[in-house]
Amino acid sequence: MDVGIVSYGAYVPRYRIKPEEIGKIWGVDGKGMGKGLMIFEKSVPSPDEDVVTIATEAARNMMARVPEVDPQDIGAVYVGSESHPYAVKPTSTIVAESIEATPAMTAADLEFACKAGTAGIQACMGLVGSGMVRYGVAVGADTSQGAPGDALEYSASAGGAAFLIGSEGIIARIDKTASFTTDTPDFWRREGQPYPLHGGRFTGEPAYFRHIISAAKMLMKEMGTEPGDYQHAVFHQPNGKFPTRVAKQLGFSDEQIKFGLLTPNIGNTYSGAVPLGLANILDNAVPGDRIFVTSYGSGAGSDAFDITVTDAIEDYKRDNAPTLDKVLADPVYIDYGMYAKFMGKILMSE
Amino acid sequence: MASVAKEWREIPGRYNLRGTKCGSCGKVFFPSRSFCPVCRRESIGKVEDYKLDRHGEVYSFSVVHEAPESCSMLKPYAVVMVRNRDGVLLSGQMVDVDVDAIEIGMPVRAVLRKLDADGLAGVIHYGFKFTPDL
Repeated sequence: MDVGIVSYGAYVPRYRIKPEEIGKIWGVDGKGMGKGLMIFEKSVPSPDEDVVTIATEAARNMMARVPEVDPQDIGAVYVGSESHPYAVKPTSTIVAESIEATPAMTAADLEFACKAGTAGIQACMGLVGSGMVRYGVAVGADTSQGAPGDALEYSASAGGAAFLIGSEGIIARIDKTASFTTDTPDFWRREGQPYPLHGGRFTGEPAYFRHIISAAKMLMKEMGTEPGDYQHAVFHQPNGKFPTRVAKQLGFSDEQIKFGLLTPNIGNTYSGAVPLGLANILDNAVPGDRIFVTSYGSGAGSDAFDITVTDAIEDYKRDNAPTLDKVLADPVYIDYGMYAKFMGKILMSE
Repeated sequence: MASVAKEWREIPGRYNLRGTKCGSCGKVFFPSRSFCPVCRRESIGKVEDYKLDRHGEVYSFSVVHEAPESCSMLKPYAVVMVRNRDGVLLSGQMVDVDVDAIEIGMPVRAVLRKLDADGLAGVIHYGFKFTPDL
């Protein structure tokens, strides 16, 4: 049985801040920092937005494109994030209620740093492939945190994308998935701590690059493919530099990663990063396009996917919801004072 | 602190604009009513669940400068009356827009946002607000 993406939807908050504005506050060359990271602006959630509202908007956009799908036929909803608003109380039930998929379904919140969204896609593939559910929903969304003045503050942003996984009306077939997982403490946030810590340069070679390259090579070996067989590729993008470099190391060109690389304009949306890149590729894909996807989550692991766009994308009602081009148009730039207020960094009286 | 049960009962309307429709005269009610004040006895047993369209136009608006605690982070903001595609008037907060750019007739849609929270440890209340339509 073929299993794949039946629909997708994406959402990114409207507000943006530029690295030079952040650098100005901390006495750092923010513009240079942005250039080094290849991040020229990042999205900022409004004070009334969180992972629940971002995941809901993405999931509603996903459902708007498949009016023929009865939400009651959804048997599983998984929301992957490292910024769930509650420590105990699922995001996924609120998202499921917001698309009217409840109550005959299972749901859970997933967390695996930046790859919880792709882990959700794999879980849904298993449930659909085994016949346990007709459709599953996997969302990757975050309102990520960076400590004031830390390098992460220049990249941590907000956004998310949702995927309806099924075996009927597939617009993009998932040919194969492979994962590479180890215990590598490159980035973490302890219970009750507001900001994560990271291992600096340790987040590079032994963490991001080793896991992505290993998962990507495993998948291409299993599929008998090479980079030239794919029209598009998307890699996890904590900044613009890492995915560009890993693509080159694996043998993918800048042309292949252009639709999947959104971080330079929206920052690192963590669990939303690869899902949003994949959504932007699907916004621009045509039948027969082959897509190579590899996520990365600190801690650490990578999920790789080989995806083929089907003829069904031609009749797919993509315009029933805004494409990412429209979502990202007309941003509102804010200064650091407004950013501090939006992100709850100002200590208020009770 | 609001009652958790009271807020929970309002979820269908707040998340998904679930109202009711009189099976006798066709009038739509939001928030939902179980009795039609026009048809009165005729409506008994005929009032049905009805999902309102999330898209509409600004019918009227007012800018709020002195906000309640729950909205103080967003002031100044507009409260809008929206005529949705079912012809029903809804009211709510308008966000993600410069208040000076709001106009009567502006296309808007209802999105899910945080409405309020019971302090740092209590329940977060979600519901619809309006944003410019894309």
